[in-house]
Amino acid sequence: MSTPAIETTDLTKTFTSGKTATTAVDRLILTIEPGELVALLGPNGAGKSTTLKMITTLLTPTSGTVRLLGHDVAKRPAEARRHFGFVGQGNSAGSLQHGRDEVVVQALAHGLGRRQAAARADEIIDALGLADFAHRPVERLSGGQRRRFDIAIGLVNRPEVLFLDEPSTGLDPASRAHLQGIIRELHEETGATMVLTTHYLDEADAPSQRVVIIDHGRVIADDTAGALKAGLGDLVTLHFDDVCRAAAAADALRRQHDRVEEAGTSVGVRTDDGPTAGLTILDGLRDAGLQIAGIETSHASLDDVFLHLTGRSLRESDSETGESEDVDPDSPDDNRPDPTEPNPTEEVAA
Amino acid sequence: MSIPTIARHTSIVFSREVRPLLRSPFQMVIAVVQPIMFLALFAPLLPGGATAETLQWFVPGMVAMSCLAAATMTGSNLMLEMATGSHERLLVSPLTRSSLLLGRALKEVVPVIAQALVLVLLTWPFGFAIHPLGILGGVALLALFSVGVGALSFALGLASKHQDWLFWTVQQTLLFPVLLSAGVLLPLDGAPTWLRWLSQANPMTHVVAATRELFAGRYPADTLLAGLAGAVVVLVIGLAVGIRRMQRAD
Repeated sequence: MSTPAIETTDLTKTFTSGKTATTAVDRLILTIEPGELVALLGPNGAGKSTTLKMITTLLTPTSGTVRLLGHDVAKRPAEARRHFGFVGQGNSAGSLQHGRDEVVVQALAHGLGRRQAAARADEIIDALGLADFAHRPVERLSGGQRRRFDIAIGLVNRPEVLFLDEPSTGLDPASRAHLQGIIRELHEETGATMVLTTHYLDEADAPSQRVVIIDHGRVIADDTAGALKAGLGDLVTLHFDDVCRAAAAADALRRQHDRVEEAGTSVGVRTDDGPTAGLTILDGLRDAGLQIAGIETSHASLDDVFLHLTGRSLRESDSETGESEDVDPDSPDDNRPDPTEPNPTEEVAA
Repeated sequence: MSIPTIARHTSIVFSREVRPLLRSPFQMVIAVVQPIMFLALFAPLLPGGATAETLQWFVPGMVAMSCLAAATMTGSNLMLEMATGSHERLLVSPLTRSSLLLGRALKEVVPVIAQALVLVLLTWPFGFAIHPLGILGGVALLALFSVGVGALSFALGLASKHQDWLFWTVQQTLLFPVLLSAGVLLPLDGAPTWLRWLSQANPMTHVVAATRELFAGRYPADTLLAGLAGAVVVLVIGLAVGIRRMQRAD
């Protein structure tokens, strides 16, 4: 058995401000094998970034351990820092610096000689299509170009593990899609372990992509996106003209199906194969004399998976807590959901 | 961590910091013009007029003042980089913590050394005596002192994360009392006892006194030792506080 790229054991981080203590990461257990591409998915304030910061030596765990390629990160941070690249939430390249210079500096910091550092920087800059912008101050580049320079900085030392904290936050949809493509390509080409955090569903939503869903500082699901969604099945939604018919239909359907939910004039049925089941349901209800106003079938999304697991929608969790994940360990209260707030299950179940 | 590693890492950080400065000619011009303006506007007000003797007293003080002002900016430039992600990225690189601090503090000091040379050359025709060895010694002493001040400013920058007002309040509140009580701009000959006492407790007083002697080509052992002691005290405290503050990851 090879050494895992990352192995956390009961990883915990509690922030204390005054008398209140907030547990951002709660006995988190996670193992990532070398070469994997893993997305840590969760709403803002779920503890994804705090987890990443503990793994990358930026925060000291309150308890528990992190091993990166076998190195205990808290005990030997300097050793751990040689082995990974990091793309944080902010821009890695200084705004007054030229992009290429920053990539070279990073290579020098990792112990390469001048000439080798320059060659390595040019190589990665070319690979990311940044040669035309290499000698411009970073503050004059677009968001997408800056992000690619951040990735160049993260990869110039050819790290065994690359961490990307919310890599596409703040980018427009086209740049986001482009960046996701780049990350997948780089993963295939370099074979490096890559771990990214995101609250964008589409970023984690490739069938074979391993997704670790984190909520309230704990791992609540860990599988491929395909498997997570298959587990939930498809949803057949039936619409009726009035509540009585909907209730009667729901009763009838419960005789054949386990997962039937009523919501006003609509009834939802979870099945393994939505389109086929939809036809059967349609026939059955017609035979029973219940007139149907409309029907939809949909595959489960990762948002459905999250909703199923937590009773909250990932999207709504986002809008509740603001745009970006808490980046400041000194003021943990800012973006974290209020633990005293009731679970908004009813609002989102409709 | 070994000394050669720290030196190599410091030079990486220093070169990175200096690069945008070198690319911005305007900043360089400002850096040179500023002391000239000070000299032109301040020197005529000093008792005795702009005679050689007055210049001999005033110029080293001005160089010291520029050093202090520049070194206290270390933390503000750090805060700019903390607001983006570039400080964070350097923190997770293999660069040693002390070199991140030293490289930044040194970057603020180097332009000041260029300013010192400009001042010395400009005042030369008006009777300022040039003692190369003494000037070299004085600049070296000020550099030691400034790196210490820069490290303290760095720590202040870390402590004021996301609260720029805190940094500026502390920096502005301390800058002028330190300057004035060190007798940099005005002599403290007629000062009341409490002010003299305060002045003696200020390490910068001794650093400036020693710098004046050095620039004048005089080497009285007691004054120079007191100056060196003042600079070393600030340097040691600065590095201890700055590095400790940075190693506390959260």
